[in-house]
Amino acid sequence: MNTLVEFFHFLTQRKKYWLWPLFIILITIGLVLVAAHGSVLAPFIYSLF
Amino acid sequence: MAYILGISAYYHDSAACLLKNGEVIAAAQEERFSRIKNDESFPAEAIKFCLKFASISLAEVDHVVFYEKPFLKFERLLETYVNFAPRGLRSFLKSMPVWLKDKLFIKKNIARALNTIDPNWKKSRTILFADHHRSHAASAFYPSPFEQAVVLTVDGVGEWATTTVSVGHSAQLTLKKEINFPNSIGLLYSAFTYYLGFKVNSDEYKVMGLASYGTPVYKQLIYDHLIDVKTDGSFLLNMDYFDYCTGLKMTNKKFDKLFGHPVRAKGEALLTFHKDIASSIQKVTEEIMIKLTQSLYREFAIDNLCIAGGVALNCIINSAIRQHSGFKRIWVQPAAGDAGGALGAAYSVFYEHLSGVRNVDPQADGMKQSLLGPSYTRHEVIRALSAYGLNYEEVEHELYYLKIAEYLAEGKVIAYFKGRTEFGPRALGCRSILADPRNSEMKAILNAKIKFRESFRPFAPAILEEFADLYFGEGSKNRYMLFTENYSNNSQQASNAVLIPGAVHVDGTARVQIVNQVHHPDFHKVITAFYNLTGCPAVINTSLNVMNEPMASSPEDAICCFLNTEIDILAIEGLLIDKKSRALMI
Repeated sequence: MNTLVEFFHFLTQRKKYWLWPLFIILITIGLVLVAAHGSVLAPFIYSLF
Repeated sequence: MAYILGISAYYHDSAACLLKNGEVIAAAQEERFSRIKNDESFPAEAIKFCLKFASISLAEVDHVVFYEKPFLKFERLLETYVNFAPRGLRSFLKSMPVWLKDKLFIKKNIARALNTIDPNWKKSRTILFADHHRSHAASAFYPSPFEQAVVLTVDGVGEWATTTVSVGHSAQLTLKKEINFPNSIGLLYSAFTYYLGFKVNSDEYKVMGLASYGTPVYKQLIYDHLIDVKTDGSFLLNMDYFDYCTGLKMTNKKFDKLFGHPVRAKGEALLTFHKDIASSIQKVTEEIMIKLTQSLYREFAIDNLCIAGGVALNCIINSAIRQHSGFKRIWVQPAAGDAGGALGAAYSVFYEHLSGVRNVDPQADGMKQSLLGPSYTRHEVIRALSAYGLNYEEVEHELYYLKIAEYLAEGKVIAYFKGRTEFGPRALGCRSILADPRNSEMKAILNAKIKFRESFRPFAPAILEEFADLYFGEGSKNRYMLFTENYSNNSQQASNAVLIPGAVHVDGTARVQIVNQVHHPDFHKVITAFYNLTGCPAVINTSLNVMNEPMASSPEDAICCFLNTEIDILAIEGLLIDKKSRALMI
């Protein structure tokens, strides 16, 4: 939870308010994916990480 | 007494370093301990080594700093998905769980891992985070021998930046401009690495080696379709041909169609086409970097240039910059990749966070020959040799160097192990394979029987500083194998110079290591003994490992490499092991 709060502070500092709703939507989808996957395997994509 | 621990991890080539009052005292890559090449995992063993070297506990470390900012990276990721939507759904579905489960929580993970190393290190302690490219820039400027310099960082991508320009003056480093993702020279080069069937973010040096065998016939095609380079060297990539923003590959079908060939499959023969592609992207990258640095020289009118980031490991480009940019002096961070980010982040804390005072020595940089890793006592070496049932001959002082020289002169290949392990990708005479460069067949022998690697890969000479001008011209002063020098134009004209064809690439250049008597006395003695015996002031120096393995670090690593290859002699901390006598013994 601390990390998520920190991330919201970060978005505020960066003044990227438009990312908030997107972030919430993406997080929701992401959490569903996490729950569905069980384990996480990092795909090999150069620029993502 | 301020101790700063720098960490780079969770991407590739993780590392740790320790600064004591602004001086680097220890640094190591995790791969040297885990034996996993470019290991990305948390560098627990590297950290333990740094602490052991300094004889302190983790709790005594004043500041811990990570080399990049995960939140900024995540922001870039989200914005990229938004910008390219609805493309990238598959990539999103794969990457989001990784971030939400793991990568977003790097701070927590680091705290937990540090607490495991030392329970007295409280999880609640502050962990600092430096920008990825700031870390690179700091690693390039602060240990450089310059009071003032333009600092250029170029790599694939950090958080947002892919290329940055800063100006360093004394202990101040000021960012002047940057180019952001997805426009990236590093990613462009990596896209071609992928297209040529090599491993991205690992095998770029193979593309560089292969380039010398081809002709840059596709150069104009690259300029016409893939990249728009402005007069100041800034650039825009045409993302229609690349897949890395949203896909799971570096290039797409349009890219294949442009060059008329699909991506080279792993193990597929290397055709003239592949060599020409390698040559073309090498030439384009070189020209962009020249344009960029020429423009920086004009703009800032400062004579010194520092470079870091993965692209700075391309020694052909470094030499082209030295020749054409206008800068009078260039210093490249020897651990220019992400491992060096740990070092830069730590320097950044010392000079920017703690306002440390910087004392510059114009005659020597602060990297200590990059010999910053672990060393082993003779007792530890003997224990390891005994465990493998190896007999050894104990030879002291000058006789040791003479014997090594005699073996080299006989054409034998030697695994040479001495002192502290190198930090960064180059073997600089402490974990090296040495051979006679006078023999032009030596390259083929080393590639086939010892390194087990592609035949096109070159070998580099380590040469006594006193003879560097004679063989490679006056510009050749680099001690870290970060520049190529033109061999053919110099040494063949020099009277009485013993030729070294075994250490020269097919294009007549060599990635030279200059060995200085004061800064690298032991390795200087090895080459001097060879010179006294043969008149040749250079040896072939390549890393002590086989293909796809990290460089050796411990005596056990060196012994395994010795036993699993056709290396003839192991010379390790004053002990000599001859494989022939071992065979007789068995």
